[in-house]
Amino acid sequence: MSIADRIKISKRIAEELNEGQVVNLGVGIPTLIPDYLGNKQLYMQSENGLLGMGPTPVDEEINMDLISASKQPITMEAGASLFDSSNSFAMIRGGHIDVAVLGVLQVDQTGEIANWAVPGETILGVGGAMDLVAGAKKIIIATMQTAKDGKAKLVKKLTLPSSGVRKADMVVTEHAVFTFDEGHMRLVEIISDVSIEQLIELTDAEFTYSEETITSN
Amino acid sequence: MRRSGFNGILHTNFITNERGTSMEKLIEKSEYLHYINDNDTLLVGGFGLSGTPLTLIDELADSSKKGLTIVSNNLGEAGKGLGKLLLSKNIKKAKGSYFTSNRDAVKAWSDGELEIELIPQGTLAEAVRCGGAGIGGFYTKTAVGTKLAEGKDVKVIDGETYILEKAIKGDVSLIKAMKADTLGNLIYDHTGRNFNAVMATAGKIVIAEVDEIVEAGSFSPQEVETPHVYVDYIVMNKYVKKGGKYVEHS
Repeated sequence: MSIADRIKISKRIAEELNEGQVVNLGVGIPTLIPDYLGNKQLYMQSENGLLGMGPTPVDEEINMDLISASKQPITMEAGASLFDSSNSFAMIRGGHIDVAVLGVLQVDQTGEIANWAVPGETILGVGGAMDLVAGAKKIIIATMQTAKDGKAKLVKKLTLPSSGVRKADMVVTEHAVFTFDEGHMRLVEIISDVSIEQLIELTDAEFTYSEETITSN
Repeated sequence: MRRSGFNGILHTNFITNERGTSMEKLIEKSEYLHYINDNDTLLVGGFGLSGTPLTLIDELADSSKKGLTIVSNNLGEAGKGLGKLLLSKNIKKAKGSYFTSNRDAVKAWSDGELEIELIPQGTLAEAVRCGGAGIGGFYTKTAVGTKLAEGKDVKVIDGETYILEKAIKGDVSLIKAMKADTLGNLIYDHTGRNFNAVMATAGKIVIAEVDEIVEAGSFSPQEVETPHVYVDYIVMNKYVKKGGKYVEHS
């Protein structure tokens, strides 16, 4: 997956985030989003116990006890707060996080997510994925349209283990933006030079679209 | 609060500061092993290597304690933190949320040398919180409809589906704080608090590794993150923090 594609996805998701929101960013593509927020003030939550996560510190300020959930050194913004893991997940599970941006292995056409069990690998890690899926007010998926083997990641039905019954609200890929309405996937925007026919080819999931969506791109 | 039936020699060493205040809970790092039995369940604080009681783990890795069940978010990293305890074969089972990043844990599991119980991170934190708070279990939305909910009781409350998760308690908690005062009140370093604060409440015996001990009253009551009632013993960290990382004393 090219860095240009990752940046494109990050920029598009940055547009969806609003001033003042509390946001939890997952590993992978979502970690690029803070670079594209412009002047918007958001509050980044890190599930290991921080609200108000700031950018990477200079070397002299690195502290192994001030890290993100991806275990990278971070800083704190003015007004940040620190708390323990149970409080952090009370915040997540209790619906106090406005938006969670998550990477996925698959998402199905109803918005059901698979993002914890890597295909072909032993299932030994879930982290906070299921808590975020269950509890965030809005879930935006950041993903490439296809996996490394070329298979569609937007599928009719999950073939990998589900992360929960709660559905995603939006999917942003390097080609398109999709939303979900009552369990149905809808194309709202094409953001690359693919044709609608090519997009359908790259997408196993069935989605609806309007003539207007296609012609506006 | 201290376990009955302990046959070892009780510690007698106190530290005394310039004003003559003693620290009764302070013990030598090797001494805490008296409180750990084979097949115990240990609750260990930390997130990766952050907020991890490295000194306590080193002692345990050098010991002959066997069959331990470790409840911790991760098993450290390969060869580091709890990863060291895995290589020294003290661990029978690990309960936590994320082991994939420690390749040794993945290998030990696939070789049949390590049992693993995977628990969502928030469920782990809440289960230990309940364990320390006298609550038997709780209903959560997390993991409903997934493999991790298999075999668990399901309940619909006000139209939403939840699963029952039981509380987690331990025989001994091993935690890491930045500072203790002479009573054993603790404060943590930034996100080093992570699981330590809940682990401190849910072990029958709680041993805290700290970087520094200060006199009671040195930090404000408002700053105390773990009140001393939870803490049985204090062990001094043998490592010092330099350049943001713990290194051996030079």
